[in-house]
Amino acid sequence: MTAQDSPTRSLQLTEEGQLRHFLTLDGLNRALLTDILDTADSFIEVGERSIKKVPLLRGRTVVNLFFESSTRTRSTFELAAKRLSADVLNLDINTSATSKGESLSDTLLNLEAMASDMFVVRHSQSGAPHFIAESVTPGVAIINAGDGRHAHPTQAMLDMLTIRQHKGRFEGLKVAIVGDVLHSRVARSQIRALQELGVAQVRVIAPATLLPRDVEALGCRVEYDMARGMKDLDVVIMLRLQKERMEGALLPSEREFYRLYGLNQEKLGLADPECIVMHPGPINRGVEIESAVADGPQSVILDQVTNGIAIRMAVMSMAMGGQMADRNRQSAERNAL
Amino acid sequence: MSVTSKQSSTDLALVGGRLATTDEAVTLVIRDGRIASVGRPEPDQQAKQTVDISGCLISPGFVDLCCNLREPGNGQKGNIASESRAAAHGGFTTLCASPETSPVNDSGAVTNLILDVSAKRSSVRILPIGAITRGLEGELLSDMAGLSGAGCIALGNGSRPVSNARVLRRCMAYAQTFGLTVMFSPENRALAADGYAHDGLVASRLGLLGIPEVAETAAVMEMLLLAEETGVRLHLSQLSCARSVDMLNDARQRGIAVTADVAMHQLLFTDLALAGFDSRYHVRPPLRGESDRLALIAGVRDGVIDAITSQHLPHDSAAKQAPLAATEPGLSTIETTLSMGLMLVERGELSRQQLCRALTEGPASVIGRHAVIEPGAPADLCVFDPGASWTPSARTLCSVGLHHPFPSGSAPAVSLPGVVRLTLCNGESVWSSETD
Repeated sequence: MTAQDSPTRSLQLTEEGQLRHFLTLDGLNRALLTDILDTADSFIEVGERSIKKVPLLRGRTVVNLFFESSTRTRSTFELAAKRLSADVLNLDINTSATSKGESLSDTLLNLEAMASDMFVVRHSQSGAPHFIAESVTPGVAIINAGDGRHAHPTQAMLDMLTIRQHKGRFEGLKVAIVGDVLHSRVARSQIRALQELGVAQVRVIAPATLLPRDVEALGCRVEYDMARGMKDLDVVIMLRLQKERMEGALLPSEREFYRLYGLNQEKLGLADPECIVMHPGPINRGVEIESAVADGPQSVILDQVTNGIAIRMAVMSMAMGGQMADRNRQSAERNAL
Repeated sequence: MSVTSKQSSTDLALVGGRLATTDEAVTLVIRDGRIASVGRPEPDQQAKQTVDISGCLISPGFVDLCCNLREPGNGQKGNIASESRAAAHGGFTTLCASPETSPVNDSGAVTNLILDVSAKRSSVRILPIGAITRGLEGELLSDMAGLSGAGCIALGNGSRPVSNARVLRRCMAYAQTFGLTVMFSPENRALAADGYAHDGLVASRLGLLGIPEVAETAAVMEMLLLAEETGVRLHLSQLSCARSVDMLNDARQRGIAVTADVAMHQLLFTDLALAGFDSRYHVRPPLRGESDRLALIAGVRDGVIDAITSQHLPHDSAAKQAPLAATEPGLSTIETTLSMGLMLVERGELSRQQLCRALTEGPASVIGRHAVIEPGAPADLCVFDPGASWTPSARTLCSVGLHHPFPSGSAPAVSLPGVVRLTLCNGESVWSSETD
């Protein structure tokens, strides 16, 4: 299966190749990814204005449908929607109908009946946004805000924006993703984005218990040894270690993980001197990264947070544009009959 | 296919057809539910009813070693009447019914209930498989002799593994006491954990929880060793891995009494079918990689794998309307099994003879029966037109489960090869494309 023949491609792109939903980076080509980055670049300036709003989604209703808790992602999606002038509804699903036994399909039908235009979905199960995109009425855009272990495409794109800001390019870069790759939806999306945008090498650095099966076939070089993996790096992306996973006999202890894979000044010194340090957050200081590095001159972690709003504005406005184009085309086809 | 009637001493004559295995043109005469003669291709002048089956092939009725009828219990997912009718539509005349019912078929009373309902409402022959452990819970031995006495043709634990090796060993030893065949789907539950997809590249890429091949192969090895020790007749159901086929072959070479089957969808699809999170392909064992698929086909071709099953598992639509991980595993397949097999024949991956053997003689021999076309044999027959095609849809399918493995809904309709024109069970027409 190549990215281009991904079954998701026709689901999330219009016939003209515009975004209709934003579910995964699979099947999206370099031109479209670059378009998202360029559009996001143009929105960064909005956040610097005294009145931080543009009217692109005025009159539209965006529903933040978070089946899994999140503070940072939900806040940045909410801010992004508000900066696009949308009406925003935040639904805490933990206290809503699904917890009373209502099926996801029925919950969606009710939300659609409220004339929503866009669902921003976070869900603990891989593929849930796909299911929702296939289930909803045409005209409603679905934005994936993280599903299971599968994808977190806006997080990956904000990471790409941050890399482009600091490095000015993707070609020739060596990038490593360190830590719990197995459970990371962020890592899967990052790997896909980095490869499509043309980096020279993507490395994954982790013990074998935290790597997905056949990860090499995703185009990554596997390193079990942090010192070897850090050599000549331009970008190092640390992942959050999901502490709850350690109970499944994946790691002996946090301390051992930090000793072998935690990023400190000494290990960072093995990389290129201009290497930037990234982390999708929230950070476990002293488990995956030491404070001196997280707060140090090579860290771009707070830039990632800022860029998150611009990327989400870009994706939401582009998906709504695709939905409108779809609607106009269908209307023209009906009129032609 | 045309039918003519005439007052005569012979019940039925099928004329103009060819035997599916040899391509030999024959006239088949059926009397009192049995095959009276397999003769030269001439009209039978004595037949009360003559059916012209020109262009069609005649096979023994298909025998399914693994079919879920959902009765007693899950009426919203199917029942004996609906699923046996679906089976007749698919060319099946004998179904081995899974013990996974509600209540579980772990007592003679439940077996009797199944047989009673079958006698009244089933289109085809139903042979119950009894639960080898009480409630299928894998802890206490069931009343095996009682189940056998009530009519169970084998014992198994459905799709649920017996995780405790000591219990498994005792199950096998006790069943061996009575000469009963045991049927198990090999899966090490600890290794499969919460997985629902093949642990390979597709699962890695989509972030699906994987079931590694070793979850099956470790269980296969354990079962083979225990079968060798206890001497029980073991049937391994629903293999999915290349390595399992190798181990099966080795065990047979060592003289262990072991047989095996594979679900038809495992021969046609791989884990790539899950690439769009399509919950229909959420099956257990999971669809695996291409090398596994090819090894399974080779196993059928070489006769190492005795039988192809439908692994028919009908659901109501709600069971599949959820994100992939939250859906229930299983496909509704009994009506498309023949078409899937003919697709393999069209691709050159199986010969028609190998396909028919794995749907008839192979599974029949596992349960100590025969599925042959010869004078004196029960007239359990499937007459199908390999050159005709059909489209599965809510209108054309009989099963309650509409989650068949082909495009549906808004996707372009798919045309499947092979149409069952006539199914006879004990000489009685249980499916005819002209009247149904």
